[in-house]
Amino acid sequence: MSSLPMSIAVEQADPAAGKAGAWQHFRLWRVLLGLVLPVALALGWELAVRAGWSNGRLVPPPSVIYSTFADLARTGELQHHALATTLRVAAGFALGVVAGTVAGAITGYSALTRRLLDPSLQALRAIPSLAWVPLFILWFGIFETSKVLLIAVGVFFPVYLGVMGAIRSVDRKLVEVGRAFRLSDAAMVRRILLPAVLPAYIISLRSGLGLGWMFVVAAELLGASEGLGFLLVDGQQLGKPAQIVAAIVAFAIIGKIADWIVAAAAAPFLRWEDRFSARGGEA
Amino acid sequence: MLALDRVGKTYPNGVRALDGVTLDVAPGEIVAVVGGSGCGKSTLLRAISGLDRPSQGSVLLDGTRIVEPHEKIGIVFQEPRLLPWLTVADNVGFGLADRPAAERRERVAAALDRVGLADKAKVWPRELSGGQAQRVAIARALVPRPEVLLLDEPFSALDAFTRADLQDHVLDLWAELRPTLILVTHDVDEAVVLADRVIVMRPRPGRIFEQIEDDLPRPRDRQSAGFDFVKRRVLAALDRSLDRAATVDEGQTRAESGAALWW
Repeated sequence: MSSLPMSIAVEQADPAAGKAGAWQHFRLWRVLLGLVLPVALALGWELAVRAGWSNGRLVPPPSVIYSTFADLARTGELQHHALATTLRVAAGFALGVVAGTVAGAITGYSALTRRLLDPSLQALRAIPSLAWVPLFILWFGIFETSKVLLIAVGVFFPVYLGVMGAIRSVDRKLVEVGRAFRLSDAAMVRRILLPAVLPAYIISLRSGLGLGWMFVVAAELLGASEGLGFLLVDGQQLGKPAQIVAAIVAFAIIGKIADWIVAAAAAPFLRWEDRFSARGGEA
Repeated sequence: MLALDRVGKTYPNGVRALDGVTLDVAPGEIVAVVGGSGCGKSTLLRAISGLDRPSQGSVLLDGTRIVEPHEKIGIVFQEPRLLPWLTVADNVGFGLADRPAAERRERVAAALDRVGLADKAKVWPRELSGGQAQRVAIARALVPRPEVLLLDEPFSALDAFTRADLQDHVLDLWAELRPTLILVTHDVDEAVVLADRVIVMRPRPGRIFEQIEDDLPRPRDRQSAGFDFVKRRVLAALDRSLDRAATVDEGQTRAESGAALWW
């Protein structure tokens, strides 16, 4: 795209001092480019409301959202609800990841357990997870347990599928290297299979985490006295669209941060990857 | 000493890949196995390595029956098969996990030095050229000091120049540790340059067809008349192994013309 001619132009202009500076410049430009559309839309809407073309009651302009957000933050309400939601997601994510990893690892490694377990798990996966809600409430009550378990169910399936698929697709030739060096089963898992599946595992963790955030909203919409989902319902019932949007913005921020933490924690272990994007293919 | 006693292999689909292969290989001997495609030469190597079990007969190393990979047997595959998540040095040291770190480091450094890649120790495998990666794979197989090193068409994916370079390299390494080398190849020049004995196999089912002693003095000159003579004998045996040009005398030009077709 536009990046290529630009970086060439910069290097031609200043070939010696060039590289780092040009790269910084290029990155900044890339980030800014992504902001153009949302900022333009926000400014446009703000102007439209200010000019009186719309009253902005149902779709509050950015300034109102910001002040609502700031108010919620000042009273500590936002932090309180965000923390409650984050803790639920963290607990559900942890449960779902452990269960999904163990189930995926044993079904991926052994054909017998795969034939035994996978059909049932696939059948369960076909059930829309929200269908579990009434049952979970009957079984586990309306408080934290049912919510955390619902999130865990959401996280479980992408992790399970990711781990199983990744283990099954590990290059047979690398497994043979392990055999030639007489690795035990445990060493084979630790020294060959786990590192080989790590990139795919991280991706399944991230999609599991995404589903975790999705399910926490569902769980909180269905009855909670705290949490960002509660803010959503509260905003709907009291007719406060700015509060709803503020909660949505909070979801976006926390979700993005959580995803970033997972990705950043994994990055040091994935430096070996021979990736398309690592070679500048993905701009 | 490595001894094969009537080794046969029948695959589950009924294909008889190998039948009655009996072979004694002296310690430190270099044996090259050549033959048309489907003659079971890779099957033979996998049986010796213990990665596959023979259906009949047995493979014995110093009297021990080989039924699974053995610490005294190393293998280099057709592809380098380096583990992409380990640095070059960690790949070379892969087989030394149970040794103390200091010893491991020392032996890895020595091995990398020997294959001329000391400066690549910290590099990821993705940054190596094909020839460099295969040198690392050879170092990885040699570092546990095996008595037998198996090479399964190790240079077939490399260009001619790199290949000749690596052949010399393997000879240098061999001269140092003197392991038994068993090399499967479809490159007759390679077999004649490296081997003390060239084994020609014939297909369906894979059997030993002929064994040709190669006692040319080392280092061998690929341009010498002696080299050419041995090469022609091997080519003629290959032709006969495929029932092609059955009446051709050794060393005649028809063998040469057939040579282009034998694999």
